[in-house]
Amino acid sequence: MANHLFLPLVSLMIGAALAVLFGRQRWLARGIVVGSVLFHLVYSLRLLWVVAEHGRQVSQAGGWLAPFGITFVADGASAIMLAVASLLTLMTVLYSFASLDEGYERYFYYPLLLLLLLGVSGAFMTGDLFNLYVWFEVLLLASFGLITLGGTRAQLEGGLKYVVLNLFGSIAFLIGCGLVYGVVGTLNMAHIAERMQTIQQPGIMTAIACVFLFAFGSKAAILPLFFWLPTSYHTPPVAVTAIFSGLLTKVGAYSLYRLLGTVMQNELIHLAPWILTIAWLTMLVGVFGAMAQMNVRRILSFHIVSQIGYSVMGLGLASSLGLAAGLLFTAHVMIVKTALFFIGGAAEQIYGTGDIKKMGGLARREPALAIFWFLGIISLAGLPPMSGFFGKLALLQAGVTQGAWLVTSVATLTGILTLFSMLKIWNEVFWKKSYADVSKLPRVSPGLLLPGALLVIVSLALGLGASVLVDYTTVAGMQLFDQAGYIQSVCGLDGCEAVFQTAIR
Amino acid sequence: MYESVILRTVARVMMPLLLLLAAFMLLRGHNLPGGGFIGGLLASAAIIMQIIAFGPTFARKVIRVGYLNMAAFGVFFGAFWGLPALFFNLPYMDAFWINDPIPGIGKIGTPVLFDVGVFLAVIGVTTRVALLLAEEPELFPMYVQAETEELS
Repeated sequence: MANHLFLPLVSLMIGAALAVLFGRQRWLARGIVVGSVLFHLVYSLRLLWVVAEHGRQVSQAGGWLAPFGITFVADGASAIMLAVASLLTLMTVLYSFASLDEGYERYFYYPLLLLLLLGVSGAFMTGDLFNLYVWFEVLLLASFGLITLGGTRAQLEGGLKYVVLNLFGSIAFLIGCGLVYGVVGTLNMAHIAERMQTIQQPGIMTAIACVFLFAFGSKAAILPLFFWLPTSYHTPPVAVTAIFSGLLTKVGAYSLYRLLGTVMQNELIHLAPWILTIAWLTMLVGVFGAMAQMNVRRILSFHIVSQIGYSVMGLGLASSLGLAAGLLFTAHVMIVKTALFFIGGAAEQIYGTGDIKKMGGLARREPALAIFWFLGIISLAGLPPMSGFFGKLALLQAGVTQGAWLVTSVATLTGILTLFSMLKIWNEVFWKKSYADVSKLPRVSPGLLLPGALLVIVSLALGLGASVLVDYTTVAGMQLFDQAGYIQSVCGLDGCEAVFQTAIR
Repeated sequence: MYESVILRTVARVMMPLLLLLAAFMLLRGHNLPGGGFIGGLLASAAIIMQIIAFGPTFARKVIRVGYLNMAAFGVFFGAFWGLPALFFNLPYMDAFWINDPIPGIGKIGTPVLFDVGVFLAVIGVTTRVALLLAEEPELFPMYVQAETEELS
């Protein structure tokens, strides 16, 4: 029993409530926000260590036993995701201090950020399918607020598309929950996994798995369902886009990992060829979409789609090796993508526009910004010594080992195309001579530069110390794919059915 | 605002009754049908009835509460009372009860206090939403004006 698993969630909830209550005292509210995110970060770093040392951590809310109450489970995958998510939120809070005007603060921008992290962390740790749905709603509601805060026409337009298409995903998710409950009669993930092994009609479970693939796929922005992302992500302030790119689509990918990788493994093996096809199509369409764009954040938005293809590839390989590689890649891309949004956003703030044709000459003017951008794109494209290299290497190794040649070769090609499209931004924004006089532009403040730079340094450090990370994700991948172990740690050695039968007798 | 003598009379009579019923529902809620959520809805129904009958300005004057702060405090209060269990190495939200029921109120424990948090949060959110909707013409006068001009 690990009763402390609720602490990070409670700290965020209390932090958000207090930040609303003390919204008038600006510095006090800011202190509360930073404090609760810091607590979350310290806790999740400690959780990384605890999980590595003692295996899965399980907590039952209110002391109700597993198939009845709400279970929280933290294994390697959740611990990594939790740590990265809180690191990104902390950086976003710092970036927002420097980049947003006070109006946002008055309309509860920081409490909404905390609620977003609350929903995301809940989704990473919950062991109950319906509870997962609730956490998704928490994070979606917070993101609806964040994306429309400011109320410009473009934001409302993008926000409308975002809300409507996400609601479709939520409805599919809810339908899937209902179907699962109708077929196996439980919503606890471990119990679902256990009862699915004895189910009479296997066809219905495949159908349910497809419903969930649609639901989480639309949140994660996989191929036919990604169109809401590039039309909405460039409209809100940079800090919001950055944290969305780091957290939202990745929660969808993580939920696919958890549900298909742990709970519905048999279906994952059925669907694997289709998932791999979706993966390489997503990679290609995303990167080609990025080539046609001429706006910094739009280019980066299409790359989010392309990178999700890699995460889905890890899932489609349907093995602990593939899941481990996918986790490694996802953790890396969350960090780097957010860093690139921060740095690109800083460049955008200097010029007052995101149109790369009108920008230029920043390499001379802001060498520090240019260096970190360059390291960031190297990491995204997957060149050593950055973390991106090891993320892609692990995926390609897993692909080659399992003979998935098509997806592996497309993944390699996409890496080259990514570098090409990132170099377009490098050439236009940083390298080429500016048409206007650069010396009159405002300088970039340390508050705008530091969060992105720090994340790039983290990526570099993860690349240099890759062996630790690779070892950790290998264990996490094995834990994720170990269905029997999952059931045993949640419900005890005899499994959930035994607990259930004893209780109803 | 709805100018009707019947509605205004009923609203005046119903307000204390509904608030009492809300408090009753809140306190009986842990083991019987009721609870913080339902009690909160009843209490906010009492306030929303005032908004409909007498208008939002009057309703704000009668009950001078910052509803948003009330909701935030409710969330804080509810989340807080799950914490004591952690100090005794029990899972979050594990309940503590006093041994003897207080006459007229009943047994009190951390779940009741949690329910009070839910109660405040529900009143705050629903009333705030209703107030915003009712005050919309005052908050965004130009849209309404443009629309009425188009109509006429």
